[in-house]
Amino acid sequence: MNKIISKEYFSDKVVRLEVEAPLIAKARKAGHFVIVRVGEKGERIPLTIADADVEKGTITLVVQMTGVSSTKLGKLEVGDSITDLVGPLGKATHIENFGTVVCACGGVGTAPMLPIVRALKKAGNKVITVLAARTKELIILEEQMRSLSDELIVMTDDGSYGNKGLVTNGVEKVLNREKVDLCVTIGPAIMMKFVSLLTKKYNIPTVASLNTIMVDGTGMCGACRVTVGGKVKFVCVDGPEFDAHQVDFDEMLMRLGGYKDFEREEMEKLSKLDKEG
Amino acid sequence: MPNISEERSKPWRVELRQSMKVKERMAIPRVVMPSLDPVYRAQNNEEVNLGLTPELAVLEAKRCIDCPEPTCMTGCPVNIYIPQFIKQIEIGEFAEAAKTLKMTSALPAVCGRVCPQEKQCEAKCIHVRTGKDPVAIGHLERFAADYERESGNISVPEVAAPNGIKIAVVGSGPAGLSFAGDMVKFGYDVTVFEALHEIGGVLKYGIPEFRLPNDVIDVEINNLRDMGVKFMTNCIVGRTISMEDLKAEGYQGVFVGSGAGLPRFMNIKGENLVGIMSSNEYLTRVNLMDAANPESDTPVFKGKKVAVIGGGNTAMDSVRTALRLGAERAMIVYRRSEEEMPARIEEVHHAKEEGIIFMTLRNPIEFLGNEQGRVTHMIVQEMELGEPDASGRRSPVEKPGCTETIEVDEVIISVGVSPNPLIPRSVEGLQLTKWGTIVVDEETMQTDIPMIFAGGDIVRGGATVILAMGDGRKAAASMHEWLQGKSGVS
Ligand SMILES: Cc1cc2nc3c(=O)[nH]c(=O)nc-3n(C[C@H](O)[C@H](O)[C@H](O)COP(=O)(O)OP(=O)(O)OC[C@H]3O[C@@H](n4cnc5c(N)ncnc54)[C@H](O)[C@@H]3O)c2cc1C
Ligand code: SF4
Ligand code: FES
Repeated sequence: MNKIISKEYFSDKVVRLEVEAPLIAKARKAGHFVIVRVGEKGERIPLTIADADVEKGTITLVVQMTGVSSTKLGKLEVGDSITDLVGPLGKATHIENFGTVVCACGGVGTAPMLPIVRALKKAGNKVITVLAARTKELIILEEQMRSLSDELIVMTDDGSYGNKGLVTNGVEKVLNREKVDLCVTIGPAIMMKFVSLLTKKYNIPTVASLNTIMVDGTGMCGACRVTVGGKVKFVCVDGPEFDAHQVDFDEMLMRLGGYKDFEREEMEKLSKLDKEG
Repeated sequence: MPNISEERSKPWRVELRQSMKVKERMAIPRVVMPSLDPVYRAQNNEEVNLGLTPELAVLEAKRCIDCPEPTCMTGCPVNIYIPQFIKQIEIGEFAEAAKTLKMTSALPAVCGRVCPQEKQCEAKCIHVRTGKDPVAIGHLERFAADYERESGNISVPEVAAPNGIKIAVVGSGPAGLSFAGDMVKFGYDVTVFEALHEIGGVLKYGIPEFRLPNDVIDVEINNLRDMGVKFMTNCIVGRTISMEDLKAEGYQGVFVGSGAGLPRFMNIKGENLVGIMSSNEYLTRVNLMDAANPESDTPVFKGKKVAVIGGGNTAMDSVRTALRLGAERAMIVYRRSEEEMPARIEEVHHAKEEGIIFMTLRNPIEFLGNEQGRVTHMIVQEMELGEPDASGRRSPVEKPGCTETIEVDEVIISVGVSPNPLIPRSVEGLQLTKWGTIVVDEETMQTDIPMIFAGGDIVRGGATVILAMGDGRKAAASMHEWLQGKSGVS
């Protein structure tokens, strides 16, 4: 059981939780994630470790309430405990001074991008972050990203905030403007696919952090498998970060769709519960 | 430990042998394990085998002729004192029989249920040589262990005075649990670290409730707790804490029982389609995450036409689970013939009773899907048996031009597992085989790094519960000896 010691709302769907986990705080590096389970009937879901405080023995999770399990987690209050928390999992992000790095994120990928932006900056990179969402209300973590990056470009599909256009329009603008050494992308698979297609055209090395379905997170089940460079890889142990130009995004998209119907049913259950109060 | 011939010469045993003629004993037909009706049980998760009644157990015990040189014992990897416990059942001393089992086996209620007896103890029973059915050793073992558990008077073994020496166990499967049990008896301060949120390893996340109820395991785990073993779940050695951390915290010995957790796939076209998964994923969802329960947040596909690829226990468990989740056609697809199937005979028999379809001498070569990427068909190649291979099993060869397309909406791949790479990857200097298993001294279970011992599937590849348990006990005895030699602990 890991106690929540502070909580902050970034928006009504995004919260920051600081959780007691001294061993994980000590062992983790940027890019690592944890598996979390809320309640005895809870599901095991992966979440990137956004930050850690070794002295306090805490880790920080930024939770975007998109599904049943993330919503249950996001609704926990200070003093509550997370039923199960295990990690750190996955391979740490490879951080060095690459030069200029474009970080392209959107949707579910915004929170996990935060610690990567911080680590890249600390290593001396010039970091340009492109933050995208469908519409103004869905832009999250803008202030945090702005303070960590050298430049922040906000994109909305409908033009309700920042620049009108997709994340790729924002990235392309930078690629046309200056020399970029690396692109990092985290977000919905479809978004990463198009960022990857774009940077391939420009020959910019690109890293994608994949958010596949997971069960155990330790390499035991194969639920998280993806094809990278023609080979099957397990995202939880071989990843989560891969050379984006080698990832078979179409297959990944197809596999992610597998449990859509279940998730819809569960969300309906949850909203019913909410109404019943 | 008892001296076999001395025990056999005790007056009660002699008298018992003389109370009935060998011929009469041999004439009793083998007991049939009472089980749930196949139609009824295929719709729920209740344990299939009901266990012997005391009357049936005593009658079955009479079939054992109490051989002077009990060959059955040589078939048991941990050399259980088989005739002794059986004769104790015959005279109604069921609790004593359970004690006899526990002298060599840490988990008799589990082994009585899951051991491949037909290849081990029962294969060596004297009755087999005379063309008769062997004594039902496994059923009797289960009977005695269940009797003790259900009586509520579990004999908690004596624990030596604490010696304060800290010992770490990696993994809580049968290897880790049996190691922990013995070490705590010797007086060590034992902590078991488990990566998952539940204790029990494959016994919990793999083997289904209808074959091995969780209660049976939980009683054993609580027993260990009562004896002083500490458990730490959600803790991965090599990630959450390192071997160095353990050393720094004063642990003087580590036993690695991290199992064979890595699922193998077939590497054929279409294998990543939606609806195709490893048996580890399928069974973990259903057993560990309780996904079939509507209350559970974890989803699981409930296929109507389910093919399970493989012929081992894991395949049988998966296909029978699929049936219980509502499959109309639950199929085993296996590339050899039924005779070569590594699964326990009883499981194959139960699966058939329940209506599982057996497609043997068939090997999938490609999976086909629809626009959503969901699997819809499977192409299988017909096979025939060729020459025996290294394992002594006749190896299957393709029958040219003979393929068949089968409709499926879910496929479970159950073609074996590889050693869990977490520990091998994170501990420098550990000697590994080319299969990724940890190399140990076969006598002592000690690795190249003196303070690290290992056993179970991480050493053997996918093996059995009884072998894992035997390794754990062997490692405990030799680690104890090693530590005594090192520091003069007694
Ligand atoms: C579905 C299925 C059915 C089976 N049926 C039978 C049967 O009928 N009869 C039979 O004899 N055998 C059967 N087996 C095989 C048997 O279960 C195994 O041989 C046995 O469980 C191996 O025991 P173990 O202790 O070595 O490992 P496991 O039971 O695999 O336990 C290892 C544990 O270690 C944990 N772990 C791994 N790495 C770490 C780490 N770094 N830190 C902390 N924890 C870690 C894992 O999470 C796991 O809980 C079956 C196996 C399966 C999968
Ligand atoms: S432990 Fe297994 S092999 Fe040994 S006697 Fe029992 S059933 Fe037979
Ligand atoms: S989540 Fe199970 S293997 Fe990656």
